[in-house]
Amino acid sequence: MAAITLHRLGKVYPGGVRALDALDLAIADGEFFALLGPSGCGKTTLLRTIAGLEVATEGTVRIGDRDVTDLQPGRRDVAMVFQDYALFPHMTVEENIGYPLRIKKVPRAARHDKATETAAELGLTGLLDRRPGQLSGGQQQRVALARAMACHPQVFLLDEPLSNLDARLRLEARTFLKRLQRELGVTCVFVTHDQAEALALADRIAVLESGRIRQVGTPVEVFRQPANTFVAGFIGSTPMNLLDAEVAGDAVLVAGARLPLPAPVRALVADGDRVVYGVRPEYLDLHPAPVPGALAGRVVVVENLGSSSLVSLDLPGPDGAAGAGLQVVVPEGREPAIGSTGWAVPRDGRSLVYRNGELLHATEPAGATTDPAHAVGPAADSSVTDSPVTDSPVTDSPVTDSSVTGSSVTDSPVGGSVPAGGAVAGSAAGSGAAGGPA
Amino acid sequence: MARTTSPPEPETATGGPAAAPGDPGTPLARRADAAGLGRALAGGFVLPGLVLIVLFLVVPALWTIYLGVTNYRLTGLAAADPQLVGLDNYTAALGDERFRTSLWLTLQFVFGSAVLGQAGLGFAIAWSLRDRHGPVRRLVEALVLLAWILPSSVVAFLWIALLDRDAGTLNALLGTPGMAWLLDHPMLAVILFNTWRGTAFSMMLYGAALQNVPPSHLETARLAGASTWQQLRDVVFPRIRGHVLTNLLLISLWTFNDFTPFLITAGGPEQRSEILPVYVFKIALSGGELGFGAAISFLMLLINLVIALVYLRTLGQRREARR
Repeated sequence: MAAITLHRLGKVYPGGVRALDALDLAIADGEFFALLGPSGCGKTTLLRTIAGLEVATEGTVRIGDRDVTDLQPGRRDVAMVFQDYALFPHMTVEENIGYPLRIKKVPRAARHDKATETAAELGLTGLLDRRPGQLSGGQQQRVALARAMACHPQVFLLDEPLSNLDARLRLEARTFLKRLQRELGVTCVFVTHDQAEALALADRIAVLESGRIRQVGTPVEVFRQPANTFVAGFIGSTPMNLLDAEVAGDAVLVAGARLPLPAPVRALVADGDRVVYGVRPEYLDLHPAPVPGALAGRVVVVENLGSSSLVSLDLPGPDGAAGAGLQVVVPEGREPAIGSTGWAVPRDGRSLVYRNGELLHATEPAGATTDPAHAVGPAADSSVTDSPVTDSPVTDSPVTDSSVTGSSVTDSPVGGSVPAGGAVAGSAAGSGAAGGPA
Repeated sequence: MARTTSPPEPETATGGPAAAPGDPGTPLARRADAAGLGRALAGGFVLPGLVLIVLFLVVPALWTIYLGVTNYRLTGLAAADPQLVGLDNYTAALGDERFRTSLWLTLQFVFGSAVLGQAGLGFAIAWSLRDRHGPVRRLVEALVLLAWILPSSVVAFLWIALLDRDAGTLNALLGTPGMAWLLDHPMLAVILFNTWRGTAFSMMLYGAALQNVPPSHLETARLAGASTWQQLRDVVFPRIRGHVLTNLLLISLWTFNDFTPFLITAGGPEQRSEILPVYVFKIALSGGELGFGAAISFLMLLINLVIALVYLRTLGQRREARR
């Protein structure tokens, strides 16, 4: 059990590729820490540098109170679980688990006891005499974890721990991993490119881009308050809407709409400032009729996400041309018709303002003002409850543009009975929207 | 040539030419005869290959066995009218001190230059070059390959020039004029020569085999604190055991039958580097005792078979164990 401290850590590969750029990072003792970023951002290099498999070209790595920068991997007291688990195919499960102990010259009997005990903790009893080839993916991962646990390292390093499992097993393994880490209380660093995985597992997340850390924070911080537009675009199952905007008094002008400027940043901007207005699709409420302070756009795509749908709107551009796109998550049963116009209203306190790519935030974080019901995490925010939607269902109405502007939503049945004027687009919209509620 | 062995397989299951193309009722037969040629036509394609094999492999082999039980000579009375002598040649060979010495030298040659030399050095080079790219690797590979692709007569001349007593390069380098390497250490000289000559094959084979070892396995061992030797023992060799056995089988057989040392030492001095191929050559062609030479050739063939069987059995056991 130990903290990890990186000081101005750098790694330049022969040939001049700079994988890590003067990183400073402190990982607390017992923390479950995620390194998150797109491929090629240096997250795996960082993990391997902590393990000692890559040699840092500058800076220091400290584990606990030891400077391990120049130590061989075997002497750092870390264990790593690789993406492919790296189980030795010619050894049984027991031999695999006991391998680090064998290298440490632990006697055979003690090795056997330790392997049996560790296997029992991970539910591998009865598989000890099998070979890795006879195990399922989930079992193989647990054997790799058991091998890492068997010699009680100070730090666990996991390289993409869930990526080799199928979707169902992944959820199971995620819960299992989190529980195991809690029980062992060991410092654990893992690498992932999947932001959902990082949000779900980690105590804290470092988001990396081209060898630099763009933000470090808890999942809630990183999700609610992305420090810059890169993190904002990367975190979240649907990327945040980032729209060019201009400050005008206590409002911002976005795509022809006038939206209230979030209170905490009012003091930080001046009239006429060019900013980027960011709001998550989950924090927008879609209305079928015009409402004040809304972004109006034409519905072009509706994607079913199961309990909700992702609606893409085309916002009008400055000179009448097609402008930026906007994505809105609408709850089940409220999908608009394709081709209709929707009005998206950002929820209070959920929109962010970026200038030069960096978040503008006052000392008091904007997210703190939100109601406690949302403190659990992003998943709760897709709930329908606090969205002021009109009573009439928007969904199963194969309507044309003109009928929507009149704000009268027809209850005409879905299916073949498209109004006579309904062109191909109209009927496509009808059948598309019908997929949701039916 | 090797291709000729596979076509007979499909035709065995067919019920004859009639069953092949036109009969849709028997899917099994159609599957067995994928090309739809029928037995006669398929046989026709195989025939030229089979004839060549019989002419150039089977007949000479049988002829050698026949010669081995005669007193056939290159010249003289026995050349005109060879007599059957039964197993006399074999008993004579096995009782002959010169044959037994030669066999012992051959085993030294195989073990020293093939197993230790070529395989050992080849693996060492492949292992040390595994993570390297660029000019160093290309240079080493080029030099090692060069030794392999040069004609035997050329490399024999080079080695004689290297080891010559009076004007040899080695003596000039070491400052030991008058040291007769080829006379004082003939076996060592041919073993080193053959190691130098044949390492390229093993190096390339192990180089390819090492690509099969996942880096994460080696890194897992390193993280556990394993030394280089422990990494080789626990991670690398179990992975490439099949490659090692195949490599040893091939180079053992090649080395056992290698005649090139004759070009350097001619078996001398005093038969101290007279390995079996050289011995056979001297007996049968220089000495003219074709019958006796044929008998020894047949013994060599048997020894080769034993070597091959041992390796193949080991390889087979490994496959069994894997299941």
